[in-house]
Amino acid sequence: MKWSTMRLRDYVIRRIFLSIPVIIGVLAITFVLAYVVGNPLALYVDERTTPDAYAAIRLEHGLDEPIYVQFFLYLRNLFAGDWGYSNTARMDVIPTIQRYFPATIELAIVSMIIAVVIGIPLGIISATKKDKLTDHVTRVIALAGVSMPIFWFALMLKYLFYFQFFMWGLPFLPEGGRYSFIYVDYTPITNFVLLDAVLTLNGVLFFDALIHFVMPAMCLGYIFLAIITRMMRSSMLEVLKEDYITLARSKGLTERVVIYRHALRNAMIPTVTVIGLAFGGLITGAVLTETIFSWPGLGRWAVAAILTSDIPSINAFTILVAIIFVSANLIVDLIYATLDPRIRYG
Amino acid sequence: MMTMTESDNEIHDSQDEIHTLEPDVILDVRGLKTSFYTYEGVVKALDGVSVQLKKGQTLAFVGETGCGKSVTAKSIMRLVDSPGVIEAGEVVFRDRTLDKEEVISDLLKLSEDEMRHIRGNRIAIVFQDPATYPNPVFRVGDQIAEVISLHQNLAEEALVMKIDRLEETLAENPQAPNAEEIKEKISEYKSQLDDPPPPTDDDKKKVAKKKAVEMLKMVRMPSPEEIANQYPHELSGGMRQRALIAMSLSCNPQILICDEATTALDVTVQAQVLNLLNELKADFDSSIIIITHDLGVVAETCTHVAVMYAGVVVEYASTDELFSDPVHPYTSGLLRAIPKLTEKVDRLLQIKGMVPNLITPPTGCRFHPRCEFATSICSEQRPPREEVKPGHLVECFHPQGSVKGRR
Ligand SMILES: Nc1ncnc2c1ncn2[C@@H]1O[C@H](COP(=O)(O)OP(=O)(O)OP(=O)(O)O)[C@@H](O)[C@H]1O
Ligand code: SF4
Ligand SMILES: [Mg+2]
Repeated sequence: MKWSTMRLRDYVIRRIFLSIPVIIGVLAITFVLAYVVGNPLALYVDERTTPDAYAAIRLEHGLDEPIYVQFFLYLRNLFAGDWGYSNTARMDVIPTIQRYFPATIELAIVSMIIAVVIGIPLGIISATKKDKLTDHVTRVIALAGVSMPIFWFALMLKYLFYFQFFMWGLPFLPEGGRYSFIYVDYTPITNFVLLDAVLTLNGVLFFDALIHFVMPAMCLGYIFLAIITRMMRSSMLEVLKEDYITLARSKGLTERVVIYRHALRNAMIPTVTVIGLAFGGLITGAVLTETIFSWPGLGRWAVAAILTSDIPSINAFTILVAIIFVSANLIVDLIYATLDPRIRYG
Repeated sequence: MMTMTESDNEIHDSQDEIHTLEPDVILDVRGLKTSFYTYEGVVKALDGVSVQLKKGQTLAFVGETGCGKSVTAKSIMRLVDSPGVIEAGEVVFRDRTLDKEEVISDLLKLSEDEMRHIRGNRIAIVFQDPATYPNPVFRVGDQIAEVISLHQNLAEEALVMKIDRLEETLAENPQAPNAEEIKEKISEYKSQLDDPPPPTDDDKKKVAKKKAVEMLKMVRMPSPEEIANQYPHELSGGMRQRALIAMSLSCNPQILICDEATTALDVTVQAQVLNLLNELKADFDSSIIIITHDLGVVAETCTHVAVMYAGVVVEYASTDELFSDPVHPYTSGLLRAIPKLTEKVDRLLQIKGMVPNLITPPTGCRFHPRCEFATSICSEQRPPREEVKPGHLVECFHPQGSVKGRR
């Protein structure tokens, strides 16, 4: 018992150390983007800076130093919390992230929860009822999800639940935003609306925010639901053919135990990978969703930054996405190791 | 023609149908047909398999690859996966319940729930490949404990465990302030021993795990306590095979089916496992079915042999009888194919021809395209089952050996 938990701990530590080089690599790329490819001077000047001041700025920010020294200065600034000034947001990068990042993460998490909670059972049912009606319906739903462009689906949702429902005099869903700022009092604490609503025990805010989540989360979640369902179905079908399933049946276990105890855990292993990768993809997918549903998240900020070559903002977004990818992968590997003993001993 | 001696012990089964079994027969497979509905066509894998297993026997199924040995085993357990379908036949099983009462029933007619009670409990199977059969994500001990707690009540064992534990605490510290309480508790538990209350899930799990370790000990697993806490991939092939055998024996089954259980093992381990099986058979008062390619194994460990060819049991006899007087042309071909150390042969003898395609099997006797004694009737009619000598059954129009030319 003890021995194997120790193995698990060692594995976790090893795995965390392995992700450090990845982050450093991403930092190097962002550095190259800002300081090597472009003219780093551009980061510190605006229309009102006179050319006479250039030399002083170069000296102040160490721009005359050799590249590797500049890289260390860059890293030092990042770790000291100096991520530069965002022209698009008209404030420093760090407070900008603090404002927008929670909105994106919250949307991604809610969408992911929807996708996982519905997608996994749907995949299991589809696999166990293979070639029956349930399976066909599920497969069509999943196929639609993976082949539909996200912006089209978003617009359709909006057309139906906002415009048409409004026209028909039905209760309609809000068109965009995170909460009804006209009706509801909200002073952000963590900037996670749902979390803040729970912390302040504000039921009205909670349900208002939840209603605002419906369309964007449905839109973003559906695609991942489709991916998860398909993956779950195919890995479940694969696992159900395995010899250990025959063994489990030969023991006299009920079909329910065979599927949910013996097959599910094995079938989850490839599905977890997909969920992890999808979570990284969610952040990118959020860009489109956020634009359509006026969601004040990172996505809209990033789009604006890219359009105006706002290098500090682009770098910040890149680093954040990289960190999310790496953490998602780390979490996947940890879940992996708890699911599959062969990995933590490998 | 062989006719079943209809015996007196007719017992009604749950389906109110009367099944008869000769005394001592514990499993009677009659006319079992199993087909696989594949895209290429219907694979008629079993075409009326009939065979009997008596109490205390070790019966071998032998035959070329693809002749339906594994499908027979799986059909008996009703474990044929789709696209396989058991289409006809009876698998009559004499079930010995705890109070020594006997229930005779056709396994193919039981409900899925009743069948589950048989699987792993009354009839257990050890599969061919120890590498792929244990579930990779569960500890060996837990996988064995699972089948134990599924089929056994464990009430008494749980109570005994509790008493033991209390007595231990008492022995360690007899002057404990709550010693009186503990003593009272012990006598309370002891009074319940005749009619133990159902154990809690937690107690049951602990007892089952303990029994799993005992089972591992019984199959001579080195350091069973440690192995019980390990995962299948940490074990060697032979150890895994032992673990699977321990699992299948853990509910004291009346029939143990070993589907090439030893093929994957090297020769010394193989011999160990086979000896173990025969020892355990005596300990547990069970019968064994061994499926194998290895006629050496058959000669050493089995009391009876059923020779299969293309989904049919073509010959059945005691091992000595079959080896000394093979009657079916296929059997003699099979026996001639074993190299003998004493004879010098240039080339190993083989049975000419190929195993037939079971989607369009040969008409009549399925062996006729390869048989040197075939006549026109062989391709027209299926040979009936005949008892050529007492206890020696064959399906052939022109039996050879000592009964040659009798008809
Ligand atoms: N799932 C399946 N689908 C289609 N045909 C099958 C399936 N399983 C078995 N069969 C067919 O049934 C026949 C008997 O197979 P079986 O596995 O019983 O052979 P076997 O005697 O156990 O051979 P071996 O000695 O190689 O294990 C074969 O011809 C095989 O093609
Ligand atoms: S029945 Fe005919 S073909 Fe079949 S084994 Fe006997 S002699 Fe050969
Ligand atoms: Mg086989």
